[in-house]
Amino acid sequence: MSDTGLSSPSRATPMLAVRNLTKEYRSGGDALAVLRNVSFDIAAGETVAIVGPSGSGKTTLLGLLAGLDTPTRGAVLLDGIDLGPLDEDARARLRGDRVGFVFQSFQLVPTLTALENVAVPLELRGIRDSGARARDLLERVGLGSRTHHFPTQLSGGEQQRVAIARAFVNRPRVLFADEPTGNLDGATGEKIVGLLEQLNREDGTTVVLVTHDQQLARRLGRSIRLADGVVIEDTGAVERVVSEAVA
Amino acid sequence: MSEMELGPRFPWRRLPALAWKESRTARRRLLLYMSSIALGVAALVAIDSFADNLTKSVREQSRSLLGGDASLNSRAEMSAAADSLIDSLGRSGMTIAKVVQFPSMAAITNTGNTRLVQVRGVTNTYPLYGQVITEPASAFTRIRGEHAAIVDHGLLISLNAKIGDSVSLGYSTFVIAGTLKQVPGDAGFVSIVGPRVFISTQWLDETRLLTFGSRASYQTLLKLPPTIQAVPWAKKNKLTFEKLKLRVRTAAESEANVTEAISTLGDFLGLVGLVALLLGGIGVASGVHAFIRRKQETIAVLRCLGATSGQMLLVYGMQAALMGLAGAAVGAALGVAIQLALPGLVREMLPVDVDVSLSPAAILSGLAVGVWVALSFALRPLVGVRNISPLQVLRTEIDASARIPWYKDWRGLTVTAGIVISVVALAISRANGVRPGLAISAAISFVLLLLLGSASLLMFVARKLLRAGWPYVMRQGVANLYRPANQTRSVVLSLGFGAFLVSTLYLLQTTLLSRFAVDAAASGGNVLFYDVQDDQGVGMDSIIMKSGQKLIQRVPIITMRLSEVKGVPVKVAQAAAEKMKKAPWPYSREYRSTYRDTLMKSETLTAGKWFDKAPAAPAGMSRVSIDESIAEDLLIKVGDVLTWNVQGAMVKTVVASTRKVNFARFEPNFFVVFESSALKDAPKQFAVIANVTGDSAVAALQRDVVRKYPNVSSLDISLITRTITNILDKVSSAIRFMALFALIMGVPVLISAVAATRRERLREGVLLKVLGATRAQIGRIMVSEYSVLGVLGALAGMLLGIVGAWGLAHFQFKVPFVMAWIPALSIAGLLLAITILVGVLTGREVFRETPMAALRES
Repeated sequence: MSDTGLSSPSRATPMLAVRNLTKEYRSGGDALAVLRNVSFDIAAGETVAIVGPSGSGKTTLLGLLAGLDTPTRGAVLLDGIDLGPLDEDARARLRGDRVGFVFQSFQLVPTLTALENVAVPLELRGIRDSGARARDLLERVGLGSRTHHFPTQLSGGEQQRVAIARAFVNRPRVLFADEPTGNLDGATGEKIVGLLEQLNREDGTTVVLVTHDQQLARRLGRSIRLADGVVIEDTGAVERVVSEAVA
Repeated sequence: MSEMELGPRFPWRRLPALAWKESRTARRRLLLYMSSIALGVAALVAIDSFADNLTKSVREQSRSLLGGDASLNSRAEMSAAADSLIDSLGRSGMTIAKVVQFPSMAAITNTGNTRLVQVRGVTNTYPLYGQVITEPASAFTRIRGEHAAIVDHGLLISLNAKIGDSVSLGYSTFVIAGTLKQVPGDAGFVSIVGPRVFISTQWLDETRLLTFGSRASYQTLLKLPPTIQAVPWAKKNKLTFEKLKLRVRTAAESEANVTEAISTLGDFLGLVGLVALLLGGIGVASGVHAFIRRKQETIAVLRCLGATSGQMLLVYGMQAALMGLAGAAVGAALGVAIQLALPGLVREMLPVDVDVSLSPAAILSGLAVGVWVALSFALRPLVGVRNISPLQVLRTEIDASARIPWYKDWRGLTVTAGIVISVVALAISRANGVRPGLAISAAISFVLLLLLGSASLLMFVARKLLRAGWPYVMRQGVANLYRPANQTRSVVLSLGFGAFLVSTLYLLQTTLLSRFAVDAAASGGNVLFYDVQDDQGVGMDSIIMKSGQKLIQRVPIITMRLSEVKGVPVKVAQAAAEKMKKAPWPYSREYRSTYRDTLMKSETLTAGKWFDKAPAAPAGMSRVSIDESIAEDLLIKVGDVLTWNVQGAMVKTVVASTRKVNFARFEPNFFVVFESSALKDAPKQFAVIANVTGDSAVAALQRDVVRKYPNVSSLDISLITRTITNILDKVSSAIRFMALFALIMGVPVLISAVAATRRERLREGVLLKVLGATRAQIGRIMVSEYSVLGVLGALAGMLLGIVGAWGLAHFQFKVPFVMAWIPALSIAGLLLAITILVGVLTGREVFRETPMAALRES
C-alpha cells in the first residue's frame, strides 16, 4: 500500500488505461457528446501529445484522465486504479500522490509566493520540510532568486516555470499539461518544453500534453489526434502493432 | 487632430440602457450588498414615523393628558386660603374638577382579600377633557351619586372579586360598579404599580384615610374660558399660587414634558439607527468592492470598445444607485411595518392613544438618507473603476484599483472626505446639535480607527507568529490573514462594529436594570405595614405575634421640614444653593425622619461618629446623622447646625455624622436619623416590618390588620418584586429587540465583507483541490482563517462595547457601570459562530463544483 492508502499496480499495468470514455453535457433537454467511446493505453514513462482543433474535446479528455471531472460512461484507470468508484476526496488524494499539472494560464495561487505555491502539494500531504524540496525545484527551473515573489510579480514564462516546479515537486507518476506554451512567446515556450523533457528524463515521469502546436506535438513520442470527440489517429497504436509484430 | 477624426464618442444617452443590461447577471448580488442598508433605513423610518405619530397624538390630546387647561397641585391638604382662591376661580367662570390621590389598602368585603391600591377621589366635574372609559360603559356616572367605585381589572383578578362585590377603603364600603379601560392622561402601566380605585370625593371623609401623615396629593383641574390663555395666566399668577403652596401646571407644559421625553428617546434610538446605517454603509462598500473586482474584465473590454473611464464610473454608479434605492425602499417598507406594530407593543407605556398614520416626511428622509449612504459608500470602491485599464483584457491583475497608493489617489480621497462630511452632517442633524453630533462622529471614528488598528496588528502578529511547525491547513488559514487580497480589515471592521453595537446596547441594559434590583433578603422581612398611627403601634405588634409570624422591627416616622440651614432661613439657603447648581429639593421637601441609637446594615458612616461615640450636642440641641448626598446638596458637614420644623415645633440639631444609605434594600431607610431622646414625644407614625412565611399567611395577616386598622397600608415584597420584574421585562425585551436587530443587521454586512474576497478564496480552494487537497482540508483552512478573524473582531468589538457602555453609564446616565461577562462573552461567541458560518457558506461552492468546471471558468 502507498501512503495514500490506495493499492500500487504491477509494473506491467499501463500508467493510463482509457476504456470507452464518453462525456456528455446537457444543453437544454439534449445531451451533447463532447467525447465518444475513446479508448487507449499510455505506458509508464511515455510522452504523449493530445492534439486536435478547438472544440474537439482535448481539454475535456485531459480533465477526465486526471480525475478533475467524472465521465458520463466508460472508465479511466490511473496507475491501475479505476477512478470511477472513487469519490472526490479520494481522487484528490490520488492526484496529490501521483499527478502533476501544468496549465495554459499557469493557475498559481495568487496569494502565495512562488516558494509557497511549489510547496503546496507536499504540504497537503503533511510532508515536513517541504520548503527544501520546493526551493531545490525552483533552482532547477532557474528561479532560485525569485522564491518570495508573488505570481503577479513574475512574468508569464516565470509563472509557468513555477507551475512546472510545482507539478514535479511530489515526484508525480503522470504529468498533465494543458497548452503549457499557449500563453508564451516562441523562445520562452521552447525553454518550457525543454524543461518538461528534462524532468521527464530525470524522474521517468509520464507526460500527457494537450496542444495545438504541431511542432511541439512532434517532439513528443506519441500523438493522439481528436476530432469531434473521437480519436481519429494514434501514432502509438501503430508503433504497438509494429512492436508486437516484431516480437 | 480634430475631435471628429477620433471617431464618434460612446453616446452618454445610451449609458442608462447599458447600465441596466449590464446588471442583468449581477442584480441579485448587488441587491444583497445593498440590503446591508435596509435594516438601518428601517430603523430610522420606524423611529421617526413613530415619534411623529406620538408627538402629533400628544399635541392633540395634551389637555386630556393633564386633565384640564391648567392644574393647581399640592402635596398637603389645601389651606383655607387656597380653597377660597379656588372657589373664586370657579365663580369667575372657570370649570373646576378636583382629584385627591393617596395609597390605601382595599379589602373585598366577602372574602377579606386585601391589596394596596391608589385611591382617586374625584369631583363630579371630572374629567374636564377626554373621557374615562369603563366596562360597563355607564359605570363611571354611578360614582357620582352612589357609594360606588370603579377599579382596575387587575385588582379584581388579584383579589378574586367581580363587578357587584363590595370593597372597603378605610372605614367605608363601596360597591364595585365597573372596571377602568382608559383614563385620560394615564399610561396603562400605572396600574401595575398599584391598581387604581376611583370614588367620589364626597365619601373621602367617611373613609377616614386622610388622617395625619397620610401621603395624599391634591390636584385642582381648571378649564379656562376661551378668553383666557392658560400659559400667560399661569405665569401672571404664579407667585400668588406659590404663596399658597400650590404648584401651577399648564397643558402646554405637560405636552412639552412628554414631547421632550419622546424626542430624547427618539434621538437615542435614532442614533442607534444611524450607527446601524453606517454599519450598512461599510457593508455596501465591501460588497461593491467585490462587485467591481468581478467586473474588472467587463470594464476592460468596454474600455477597449471605446467607453471612457468616466462613462464606466457612471454605468456602475447608476447600478449602485438603483440597487441602493431598492435596498432603502425595502428598508422603508420594513420600517413602516415596524411602525404599525409599535403602538401595540408599547401601548401600556404611553400616556396617550397613538393614532398611527404614515409619515411621508419620515419615509422620504429615511429613503434619502439610505440612498445617500449607499451611494456615497459605494462610490468609494467605484472610483477604482477609473483606474481599470483596457490593458487588463490582455493581462489580468488581482486588484487594479490598488495600483495607485492611497495618498496619491485624489479621487478616492475626495470621496472619503465626502463620506466623512456626510457622516458628521448626519450625526449633527440626528443629535440635534453640533457639539453632540461632533462627539458622536468622533466616537464612531475612534471605534473604526481602533478596529482598523487591531486588524493591522492582527496581520502583523500573524506574520510574526506563524511557525513552520504548525499543521499546514492552520498555517494556510492564518497566513491568509496577511496575504495579498486578504479580508482581515473588512471583516474585522464590520464584525467588530456589529459586536460593538450589540455589546454596548446589552451592557447598558444590564447596567441600567441592575439599579432596580431589590435587595430583599437583607432586612429579613417580607411584609411592610405603614401609616400605623401612634396609638396603633402596640396593637400592630400583638396582631403579628398572635398570627405566629415574626416582627422584625417597628420604626417611628416623623414628618418635618427644614427651617434653617447653618442659621440661614431655608429659602435664602436654597436660593444660594441653586446658584451653585445644587438640587433645590433637599431644601423644600418634606422629610420623613426617624430616631434610633443603632446604625442599620444598609448604612455606612462616611464622616463623623455615630451617636454613641460622637461628642454631646450643645445645650438645647440634639444630634442627627444625614445621608451624604443630601449633606452635599445642603452644603453642610459634620458639626453644622440645622433647624427643623417638626409640625410647628422648632427643633435645633447638630450634624454628628454623614452616612451612605443603600436605598435599594427592602426596609425603611431615612435621609435623616435623630438620636432617640430628641423626638420621642413628637407626633409620629410607624412602619412595621414582619417576616411572614407563605403567600396565604401574608394575605391572612393583611386581612387581620385591615379589619382592625383600616387606615394601615401594607406592601408585600414578593408582589413588588414581581411588579418590578414585570416592568423591567418589558424594558429588557425592548432593548433586546434592538440588540437582536443590530445583530441581524450585521449579517448582510458580514456577507458583503466576506464576498469582497470570495472569488480569490474560491479560486484558491479549487486549485488546492486540483493539487490534491481533500474537502476536509479546505474546510479546515477556512475554519482556521474565519476563527481567527471572528475571535479578533468579536473580542475587539466586545471590549469597545464595554468601554462604550461604561462611557454612556458614567457620563450620560450617571450610574455605576455593571459588567456582565457571561452575556458579553456569549454575544462574542455567537458572533464568532456567525462569522465561521457566513465564511464557510460563502465559500461552499468550492465543495460543490468539480475542479474542472472551476478551472474552465477561470
